[in-house]
Amino acid sequence: MTTAGAEELPKKLQLYSFFMSSSSFRVRIALNLKGLDYEYKAINLFKREQHSPEFLKINPIGYVPALVDGDLVLADSFAIILYLEEKYPQHPLLPHDLEKRAINYQAANIISSSIQPLISLPILQYIGENVGPDANIPWIQKHVGKGFAALEKLLKGHAGKYATGDEIFLADLFLAPQIIGLTQRFNYDMTEFPLLSRLSEAYMQVPAIQDAMPDKQPDFPNN
Amino acid sequence: MMNGNGEEFPKKLQLYSFSTSSPSFSVRIALNLKGLDYEYKAVNLFKGEQHRPEFLKINPIGFIPALMDGDMVLADSFAIILYLEEKYPQHPLLPCDLAKRAINYQKYIGDNVGLEEKVPWVHKHVGKGFTALEKLLKDHAGKYATGDEIFLADVLLAPYIVGYLQRYNFDMSEYPLLSRLAEAYKQVPAIQDAMPEKQPDFPIN
Repeated sequence: MTTAGAEELPKKLQLYSFFMSSSSFRVRIALNLKGLDYEYKAINLFKREQHSPEFLKINPIGYVPALVDGDLVLADSFAIILYLEEKYPQHPLLPHDLEKRAINYQAANIISSSIQPLISLPILQYIGENVGPDANIPWIQKHVGKGFAALEKLLKGHAGKYATGDEIFLADLFLAPQIIGLTQRFNYDMTEFPLLSRLSEAYMQVPAIQDAMPDKQPDFPNN
Repeated sequence: MMNGNGEEFPKKLQLYSFSTSSPSFSVRIALNLKGLDYEYKAVNLFKGEQHRPEFLKINPIGFIPALMDGDMVLADSFAIILYLEEKYPQHPLLPCDLAKRAINYQKYIGDNVGLEEKVPWVHKHVGKGFTALEKLLKDHAGKYATGDEIFLADVLLAPYIVGYLQRYNFDMSEYPLLSRLAEAYKQVPAIQDAMPEKQPDFPIN
């Protein structure tokens, strides 16, 4: 929003994000679904920019993604999404039904606790350096396989067009980046996971998810 | 509570738990705080009992802790606690203020220190997590992590710092806030009753 000769008003919401980070991807989807405008602040994790004094001054924890909303600085994708859900209720990210909400929390947590942290960049680097350059693939197979198998079982009685029904909810925000990231970066074989494969195709049709893809972000190399 | 034949009614809530598992500990604290009666169903993770057919039949995901509430089975401590919070609103585990709620939701509080402790580089990682927590909670802590009442952050944090800090040779002087919280948690009956040593399946040796 500008007036003649004036500077643009700073956007109220700022997201510190890395294009490749699946946890940043989750938050970008949430912001898009809710139609929330935000300023993209790139933090390059490969260059360890999360440790820069400028970033640590704003967010002493140094984690990415981080959301700035006025005075509030908040890290952790799960916390950010729940906060957005409570503060900006448009396009709800949780269903009304208690049990379906619980399934969403559970699915999101399987991804964020049992899958993503085990295949994060520092872990893969550690394994590559200390176990062997080929050790990453079996490691990913094992841990992702366990997590995806759990998700197939969890969502079996609940999925509709999306993970827990016919609307996009919290679980989808966690699933989409994980599946998309794995298939694109590691060519992960999804044949054992028919439900997740079907969901993955549905996600590719959703504009809010498309716009949140790594290659659409300002810090994607060559953008 | 007995029926006419003198049999005890099955308790509505059943918790599949392992005494020393920190996420199980968190759920036990939440149940105690809310005054919820439950049946304790021990699952020995060291013996791989979470892979047994009897357990998998009830909870195909095979994770511990798991809560059974009537027909519903739910795993994952964070999901269970949020479910309990929504279904049983007594003794709220989340504050009313949005910003304070957001601090409580930062569940990396539990995640970052919950990794397998045996590996030395994880030990270092846990230390970093504690350091991060000291920073995170610095401006928010009161008697407890995010104020003067026990909330979600305390429920997730308590298992890791009550005893953990000493057990794994962390230098307490580096974590003054966490040390103070640990002392405060030790005084809370709901946390005391949820301690591993008080559980039916705590090893007696």
